Amino acid sequence: MSATKDITRRRVIKSGAVAAAAAGATPYFFTRAFAEGGYTNAPKGDSVTFGFNVPQTGAYADEGADELRAYELAVEHINAGGGGMMDTFSSKELKGGINGKKVKYVTGDTQTKSDAARASAKRMIENDGAIMITGGSSSGVAIAVQGLCQEAGVIFMSGLTHSNDTTGKDKRANGFRHFFNTEMTGAALGPVLKNNYGTDRKVYHLTADYTWGYSQEGSMIKYTKDYNWETVAAVKTPVGAGDFSQFITPILSSGADTLVLNHYGKDMVNSLTQAVQFGLAGKQVNGKDFTIVVPLYSRLMAQGAGENVKGIFGSTNWHWSLQDDASKAFVKAFGEKYGFPPSQAAHTTYCQAILYADACQRAGTFKPSEVGKALEDFEFDGLGNGKVLYRGEDHQCFKDVLVVKGKENPTNKFDVLEVVEVTPREQVQYEASLLGGELGPYNNG
Amino acid sequence: MDAIFLQFLNGLDKGGAYALIALGLTLVFGTLGVVNFAHGALFMLGAFCAVMLRKIFNISYERVSETEVDFLGKPLKEQIPYLKGIFGEDLGGFMLDYSVPLSIFLAVIVMGIVGFIMERGLIRHFYKRPHADQILVTFGLAIVVGELIRHYFGANPIPQAAPKAVSGSANIGYLVGLGPNVIYPWWRLVYFAFSVSIIFGVFAFLKFTTFGMVVRAGMQDRETVGLLGINIEQKFTIVFALAAIVAGVAGAMYTPILPPDYNMGMDFLVLSFVVVVVGGMGSLEGAVLAGFLLGILQSFASMQAVQNLLPGISQIIVYLVAVVVLLTLPRGLLGRKGVMED
Repeated sequence: MSATKDITRRRVIKSGAVAAAAAGATPYFFTRAFAEGGYTNAPKGDSVTFGFNVPQTGAYADEGADELRAYELAVEHINAGGGGMMDTFSSKELKGGINGKKVKYVTGDTQTKSDAARASAKRMIENDGAIMITGGSSSGVAIAVQGLCQEAGVIFMSGLTHSNDTTGKDKRANGFRHFFNTEMTGAALGPVLKNNYGTDRKVYHLTADYTWGYSQEGSMIKYTKDYNWETVAAVKTPVGAGDFSQFITPILSSGADTLVLNHYGKDMVNSLTQAVQFGLAGKQVNGKDFTIVVPLYSRLMAQGAGENVKGIFGSTNWHWSLQDDASKAFVKAFGEKYGFPPSQAAHTTYCQAILYADACQRAGTFKPSEVGKALEDFEFDGLGNGKVLYRGEDHQCFKDVLVVKGKENPTNKFDVLEVVEVTPREQVQYEASLLGGELGPYNNG
Repeated sequence: MDAIFLQFLNGLDKGGAYALIALGLTLVFGTLGVVNFAHGALFMLGAFCAVMLRKIFNISYERVSETEVDFLGKPLKEQIPYLKGIFGEDLGGFMLDYSVPLSIFLAVIVMGIVGFIMERGLIRHFYKRPHADQILVTFGLAIVVGELIRHYFGANPIPQAAPKAVSGSANIGYLVGLGPNVIYPWWRLVYFAFSVSIIFGVFAFLKFTTFGMVVRAGMQDRETVGLLGINIEQKFTIVFALAAIVAGVAGAMYTPILPPDYNMGMDFLVLSFVVVVVGGMGSLEGAVLAGFLLGILQSFASMQAVQNLLPGISQIIVYLVAVVVLLTLPRGLLGRKGVMED
């Protein structure tokens, strides 16, 4: 009774005003606490902390585990000043540690969910003092974490993210991507598909219902329409649907002679397996052999789909069977440590860690704006993709793209893909304005 | 017409899996009064019996190849299965090829033991506890089982091939007087036939055996059955083990359709509960009817024409039907009076 009596209009208004003032001031205290030393989490002792934010549970956990292995290897090599692709990397600035500090790391689990990924990145920045966040295996996650890192004032070196949006309409100054994107996949894969399957085809798209799926579908349509590949239907499928048979049966009577599976990970393993079970691979339609295309491949996925990948075209950022010195050095270092070859996810994350470390060393600081400038328009070689440009306009790497095909006669269980064409960088590079978006200014915290 | 027939077939095999899982769920609920959220995990464990059997069959000894090299350029260590050495190339090869159907035997044994231990060790202590407690403990158990499987088998799906004789597609269009576009995978037809046989088997067991009679009586009035001097506790253990076996063999045979991973039980669990609720809590016939009905509806809702008319309907159709059924028939399609009404 007395409690009720105590609540007066004046008291409510006063309490509300205090709460509003506290809420308004929170970001100020938050950022000031961060920015001691001139930028967020400026390292004070003899070490600097990286935050590896990878899927440790969920559908991409195996790719996340491979990313983590690669990061551990990269940290070893950075601290030792050599080993693996550090020995072949064109920049020779790193001599052991970065700016006189040893690298330590903390890890987080993205669970391939945007909210969980943001929460773990935030924890690593606020509690563990991470100077840089890197990793991930989904474009939805990458875009979400990139936004968080921009707000917090740390650099984000994305892991496996293939949607155009990451360095397109959702790009941020603090975010950098080494992995390729759907625009490049389309530009590389289109001509190869035309050369192998000809013109005038009727195409059925099954597309994962999120940012990457739309991006991939759009790029495939864009780069095949000149060859008169007509879209019969583009059906969105829920991520993690498991059984895709109800989406596959309509294809049989659709008149389509080509199926493009804009799926990745577990979805791709399931949808491809089921498409083959329904006899699509051996079918004749419109007087042509029915064709299946998987625009984005990974070796881990191809292993999962088993024999069903044989003869099916796709693209990949890197493959362990490449015979350049850098790739061989990486496969040797990784293979000797873990007993199997690295995946493309491992490769891109290893590269991102090395590239960040090198940029800090060249900049002589860990300040995001200075490190970012060191990465912008940086041209390098010796990391397994030939000559690469980290374009300043959109923070996207441009390099040769590999067109691969499921291998007909594998010699071992890792030998599931063969490289059929290395599409030169000039053919896949585009104007930065094409994908829209604004980098905005760097945020140092 | 071709497309409609194919979607119908597709709904039948999907419905077969739903019906088998829901059958075990409702059997446990009807007799034991336990809401078992770990039932999906039992389906997944059954699937991993198929994975395990193939792994056992593939236990190999190493032979260093004189000609081939591994990914690091070192001499390749070839894996030669002991199975072929023990049973010969033909029989060993046959066993490897038929490992999925053979895994039914392993699933029956493993799932029987798992069901027995689960009921005696855990479920029994929750008979008289509120349904919320049962849901919490069984859901927790499902997470633990899933994570254990992930730890030992990894997170990626592990494809299992159907036997070569039934791995292709049947051109059933000619058989039913439709065009050449009506192609359907043999294994899915096998699975449909298998699920129908199991369903009939379970019904026959409950209908024509004394044990089945006691169980049915227990589903009607547990207290009176106990008063007649029948050891109902012992019967409950067997019923739980039977439900686990049904879920397990359903999972093992499903592996060539959907490569199993640690999460597949969760994917089926929610749908199966909707199936049980739509069919009517505690009604075996209702579970089977609703399983097939929802499988078929889900399949039709995925057709392009339906999607164009009602975008996204394929993802909500099951829940929409559940809402409509529960509004018009609160006990479900064939629900019994008095179940979950106290």
